[in-house]
Amino acid sequence: MFMKTVLRTTSALALCISATAAFADGHSATITIATVNNGDMIRMQGYTDQFTEETGIAVEWVTLEENVLRQRVTTDITTEGGQFDIMTIGMYEAPIWGSNGWLVPLDNLSAEYNVDDILPAMRGGLSHDGTLYAAPFYGESSMVMYRTDLMEAAGLEMPAAPTWEFIREAAAAMTDRDNDINGICLRGKPGWGEGGAFINAMANSFGARVVDEEWNAQLDSEAWANTLNFYNDMMQESGPAGFATNGFNENLSLFNQGLCGMWIDATVAASFVTNPDDSEVADSVGFALAPDNGLGPRSNWLWAWALAVPAGTQQQDEAMQFIEWATGTGYIEQVAANEGWANVPPGARQSLYDNPNYAEVPFAQMTLDSILSANPNEPTVDPVPYTGVQFMAIPEFAGFWTEVSQEFSNAYAGQQTIEEALANGQAIVNEALSAAGYQ
Amino acid sequence: MARAVTTPRKALNTAIAWTIGILIFFPILWTVLTSFKTEAEAIANPPVFLFFDWTLENYGVVQERSNYMRFLWNSVIIAGGSTILGIIIAVPAAWSMAFVPSKRTKDILLWMLSTKMLPAVGVLYPIYLLCIELGVLDNRYALVVILMLINLPIIVWMLYTYFREIPGEILEAARMDGASLKDELLYVLTPMAVPGIASTLLLNFILAWNEAFWTLNLTSVDAAPLTAFIASYSSPEGLFFAKLSAASTMAIAPILILGWFSQKQLVRGLTFGAVK
Repeated sequence: MFMKTVLRTTSALALCISATAAFADGHSATITIATVNNGDMIRMQGYTDQFTEETGIAVEWVTLEENVLRQRVTTDITTEGGQFDIMTIGMYEAPIWGSNGWLVPLDNLSAEYNVDDILPAMRGGLSHDGTLYAAPFYGESSMVMYRTDLMEAAGLEMPAAPTWEFIREAAAAMTDRDNDINGICLRGKPGWGEGGAFINAMANSFGARVVDEEWNAQLDSEAWANTLNFYNDMMQESGPAGFATNGFNENLSLFNQGLCGMWIDATVAASFVTNPDDSEVADSVGFALAPDNGLGPRSNWLWAWALAVPAGTQQQDEAMQFIEWATGTGYIEQVAANEGWANVPPGARQSLYDNPNYAEVPFAQMTLDSILSANPNEPTVDPVPYTGVQFMAIPEFAGFWTEVSQEFSNAYAGQQTIEEALANGQAIVNEALSAAGYQ
Repeated sequence: MARAVTTPRKALNTAIAWTIGILIFFPILWTVLTSFKTEAEAIANPPVFLFFDWTLENYGVVQERSNYMRFLWNSVIIAGGSTILGIIIAVPAAWSMAFVPSKRTKDILLWMLSTKMLPAVGVLYPIYLLCIELGVLDNRYALVVILMLINLPIIVWMLYTYFREIPGEILEAARMDGASLKDELLYVLTPMAVPGIASTLLLNFILAWNEAFWTLNLTSVDAAPLTAFIASYSSPEGLFFAKLSAASTMAIAPILILGWFSQKQLVRGLTFGAVK
């Protein structure tokens, strides 16, 4: 009798709990999104409840550090693990994964989404054979951010499109070792997305290229020697101590504390260095295009963080709905209304730059000009068989360029000569491309 | 006869011990302090030590952004489950190796330890594919088993070392008094090896709590523990050191508290043998 009562009570309780859970949940589906931890992505997470309210689709976020995320989503997509319905990927992964059939083509986006509004450079970089595989959430290039007060004190005026010679001269003039002010701060940290990205983009403006049209390494060329020697000499003269280990965050920290005269880095940093809550020099920052050498290509890169749908997802329609919501114009307007135009995700849509409200943001036009001046299809002076500005859109690149950038960093740190670093780099690239069957 | 320790020598030893202690503890202290700073103060140069505007804002942001309790619960299940399961399997294994050794016991022990030398990434794909096949990706109990297997060699080795110091004659006497194998293990061996078992439990709980390769690669939402919670605050493009420090402090707090309360057992187990 007692057992019966217990069983009845527990069954009734279980029913009540299930019914309550179903009622409280009330969502038709739940999608899981893997993303990186940066300001724009975190801001988007804060607006997710509105998406859920509008569509009834719940969203679970998996936020990871960039390199951890890359490893995690690569493992999942290559094994068809199905852990994620949307992945945040970059311009490097999108065409490679698209060509492997790992991503769902974004060719059924609605008319309201207006896919033609996406900046052509972004659309091209996230496509393979003309098919878009990832929708850009925000895009970036690189540009010069400089201290207007220090530039003025040095008696110089920053041109809108400076040359490397001017940058070096200005860096020397702004350097004040007694007050710990470094004329210029640049990335030197090993890693294909850190110092490796910067030096590759810089090399483009010096007429260098990683490989020729037959995939033979070209790091033994005079153009590469000029690039590395120029970089190293300028940084030894006017850069911070230990620049060989500085990446984006280290330089951002130095710039925000007023310890850098110039910093050439991602356009997305403009919103950080002009934010008075974080930056001591917020009211004296100017912007210019990344420098060149008069050879055609400038030294700026092109990048986008974009949302893509893995081919193995069971919730393709819901994922597409989220992508349209997050990368559409409606989201931009929502953020602008709540947090101001300076905080909207930049660099993805032409309509943002046509908006007169956004034109008032101090770095808006320079960001657009920088993005438009990067050409991933013809990134170098001499022709190359790959696409991508600061990277080669082939699967092997991340591995071998990380190794090469380590060699370069060792040279900056004085552990070997520039010539030795380039010779080692030459061997690493040739070995990797030969093993992969390119040569 | 023990050599007398002079007062200056004692003072010197104390000073050295304190210096080493402070050096080891300083990164943790700095993390805790940074968690109470603003992002601008977190990167200030020269760094500010104690005299800054203390704020709880970072903890508020972390609490708002992440479901801390879910991550904490997963950590407790994964670390606790794998440690207990490991002990259950390791006690009989260590007993047989310590008291009924064979010719190959030493080789087996070395072989077990050698599995720790394999880089985890080398078996990532096989394990990942197995988890897909068994439908246990993002599953706490799968991680309990995996972490137990990873830490089992250490557990067996530690217990083996403690058991070896228990005189076999005591067990023999128990057997002569009619104790069965179960009685011998439960009522004779285990009570004598309690300090050793306790320190093994604690050390392996800490190892499992801090394990960041498998817990990051095999989880996404449901089974993600505190290592994933910390990873979500690390960023190569943006200065979030204060928030990262707040998340780290929240992640290490439970294990620090556990370590604080059990330090006596931990030290005793690690520095003394079973019956000394």
